[in-house]
Amino acid sequence: MSQQATHKGDAEVGHLAEPEHLEYGTRPPIWVTVVKWVLIALALAVLLYVVQELIEAGHWLMVILAAFVAMCILAVYSTRRAVPLKYLLPGLLFALALQIWPLVYTVSLSFTNYGDGHLISKEEAISAIEASSVRPVEGSARFSLNIAVPEGQDVATGDLIYLLTDPDGNFFAGSLQGLQPLDAETVEAGMTGRITSADGFTVLSASEVNARSADLAEFAVPTETGGIKQIGLSEAFIGEPTKVWDEASGTITDTLTGRVYVAEGANFVPQDGVGPPLPQGWLENVGFDNYTEALTNPTLRAGFIKVLVWNFAFAAITVISTFLLGMLLALLFNDSRLKGRGVYRSLLILPYALPIYVTALVWSSMFNQDFGLINSVTGLDINWLGDPWMARLALLITNLWLGFPYMFIVCTGALQSIPGEVREAAAIDGAGPFRTVRSVIMPLLLVAVGPLLIASFAFNFNNFGLVFLFNEGGPFIGGQSQIGSTDLLISWAYRLALGGTQPNFGLASAIAVFIFFIVALISYQGFRSTKALEDVN
Amino acid sequence: MAAIDVSNAAQRETAPAPAGRRKKGGGVWWRHALALLALVFALFPILFIVSSAFNNAGTLSTSGLMPTKFGTDNFKDLFADPARPYWTWFKNSMIISVVSTIATLFLGACAAYAFSRLRWTGRRGGLLAILLLQMFPAVLAFGALYITFANVGNILPAVGLNTLAGLILVYLGGAMGSNIWLLKGYFDTVPKELDEAAYIDGASHARIFFTITLRLVTPILATVAMLAFVGLWGEFLLASIFLTDVNQQTLAVGLWQTRNADVNRYFGQFVAGAVIASIPVVLVYLSLQKQLIGGLTQGSVK
Repeated sequence: MSQQATHKGDAEVGHLAEPEHLEYGTRPPIWVTVVKWVLIALALAVLLYVVQELIEAGHWLMVILAAFVAMCILAVYSTRRAVPLKYLLPGLLFALALQIWPLVYTVSLSFTNYGDGHLISKEEAISAIEASSVRPVEGSARFSLNIAVPEGQDVATGDLIYLLTDPDGNFFAGSLQGLQPLDAETVEAGMTGRITSADGFTVLSASEVNARSADLAEFAVPTETGGIKQIGLSEAFIGEPTKVWDEASGTITDTLTGRVYVAEGANFVPQDGVGPPLPQGWLENVGFDNYTEALTNPTLRAGFIKVLVWNFAFAAITVISTFLLGMLLALLFNDSRLKGRGVYRSLLILPYALPIYVTALVWSSMFNQDFGLINSVTGLDINWLGDPWMARLALLITNLWLGFPYMFIVCTGALQSIPGEVREAAAIDGAGPFRTVRSVIMPLLLVAVGPLLIASFAFNFNNFGLVFLFNEGGPFIGGQSQIGSTDLLISWAYRLALGGTQPNFGLASAIAVFIFFIVALISYQGFRSTKALEDVN
Repeated sequence: MAAIDVSNAAQRETAPAPAGRRKKGGGVWWRHALALLALVFALFPILFIVSSAFNNAGTLSTSGLMPTKFGTDNFKDLFADPARPYWTWFKNSMIISVVSTIATLFLGACAAYAFSRLRWTGRRGGLLAILLLQMFPAVLAFGALYITFANVGNILPAVGLNTLAGLILVYLGGAMGSNIWLLKGYFDTVPKELDEAAYIDGASHARIFFTITLRLVTPILATVAMLAFVGLWGEFLLASIFLTDVNQQTLAVGLWQTRNADVNRYFGQFVAGAVIASIPVVLVYLSLQKQLIGGLTQGSVK
């Protein structure tokens, strides 16, 4: 490499002899300038489009941010100044938006109750409760109804929209924010006046409507007097609420039952303490509640400690077992008389080369009690995936298989950098092969691969892919489905946030923040044991 | 630096073994025996994968280390299954991995150039900040990413949840941070005099970067590209959160769901898909072993 580099250098230096290059800086060729400006224009055009969409949605803070980014791009690339920024800006923008922001947002989420039934503000929650409690009153107007989601959103999860036609034939779109009139030009309606398609909306098919019946049962469009709610699949009525918000006392009263609900813990709960709270809650800051909950709620605390202990044990045992096996193999192959080492090595790397989703799922299948290879070959009948300790053992065996090739590679490299004189000296001092390895080779090896062991620990500490694919953190013992026996902190957080029917992003984020702290501690240890930081120049 | 180390290592290997006492000992047959034992442990699951894939019975219960009925029915079933668009998944994985790899490489190389070649205030601090940031990959913030992209999708549907573009963007978040040390370390080994000579000749910084530096660092670019590609090809967590629609999914998510649809019944299809999914990364590994090994031993903490 350096040979080639020097030649190139000579050629460049040769140019020096030509004086005209010293006099004037060479201008870049015209096509370079053109490409540069086309790229700048392209970036600005994309941002302009984004800004336009943001303005339409009314996110003014984001508009300012996007405009600021556009100015940065223009300032950095159109002038001859700020050369380092020209190289750093793209990566910097991505890192800020997609690495730093999510981390900051995670921390801020951990102080909220963001989750199922707690996604909207208190005002919105109140109007939603009022709207969904409407009952038809005598002679109230009926609308023709179709159900849609805004164009571009997923029909299974997007915001629900009522497409309504009132008795006079006027068209409306009703959302949680209220009624919006629709231009007749943009709407196609059937014989009965029912809207069949509308610009900007995706109309749901009957089966798609059916799939969202649970959401629809809670959904209603708030109006000034009450709300609009569906009745059957193609009709809706405007009615008066039976649950009424009283601003002065801060309570909601159910006019049918006379029951009074008060605000407590981001939900409306019955004042007399009997019965369930109203389903619609709101998003609010809960301070350190998520943290204190994880540490004081008896079930959560027990689960948390269990997961934490297993998480450390899993990472530590994995690192130790893979390192030992990898090192022994490296010692085994560290003998030039052994023929075919290259072939052995290529084959030994294969477990590491396969994608994790292949290996984890195949190993999980091999450990299957009824059909799996392990039980059928060994003649055992062990419930590998259903018994907590067997599942942990199976997971560790799998990870040993996955991880030892890496340690083997690393140790092979490190062994070759240990000078032969050291072995000789040990032999002259009368050390046997075992003693040589234990007292001479191992310590030297550990110095060389120590930082990589710490990195491997940090990686396995958050080895979501393996744990989740292998057994989804299970088995789940004791009739609960929240905390599995092989769960790591990250797979537990994943289940809390996205796995179940009642997502709790607040608590999941608090766990993520906890992981941040542990990772920081591990990294700190890692840095202290390397010279990497001192090398920065 | 990585490549140099590996070549040194190779040289040392071929050098005659130091004259130790072990030369007196009898042969190396026990080493071969133990090596074969290790190979059995390393390869039996892979044998199981391949033989199950070519086993016409197609269920987990009939799969073993040797196919009971050799044939390619599993592959035919997989490609013909309308509920599991295998080649669409393959295409999605390819698009995501290739696009993200190229972009990662470009962003990383640019940043490494700035850190290695240019002198500016805050350079050392920036480098340390990146090193620190690298310890907290965006994957840990999956909840925040999910909510953020759900909101982004409401305004810009093209990059929201359930789009390949959105997922690629997320992967690019760590592009500058990951591998910056590997890249910068290698950039530092390219003699600075080359740049200076070109600069005196009147070449602009951009010209030096694109026509001189980038060409001299191709070995490390190859290493980083492979590490990135292999990592992206196997990424599961974010892909499973982001890609819910069956036609948008990657191999990781699709195959996971195939196998989970029924542990026993769809095993043949799953494992047939797994064999094909493994081919690209195994090829990358075997053909470019040296660079990868160099990258691995140097990679994480320099």
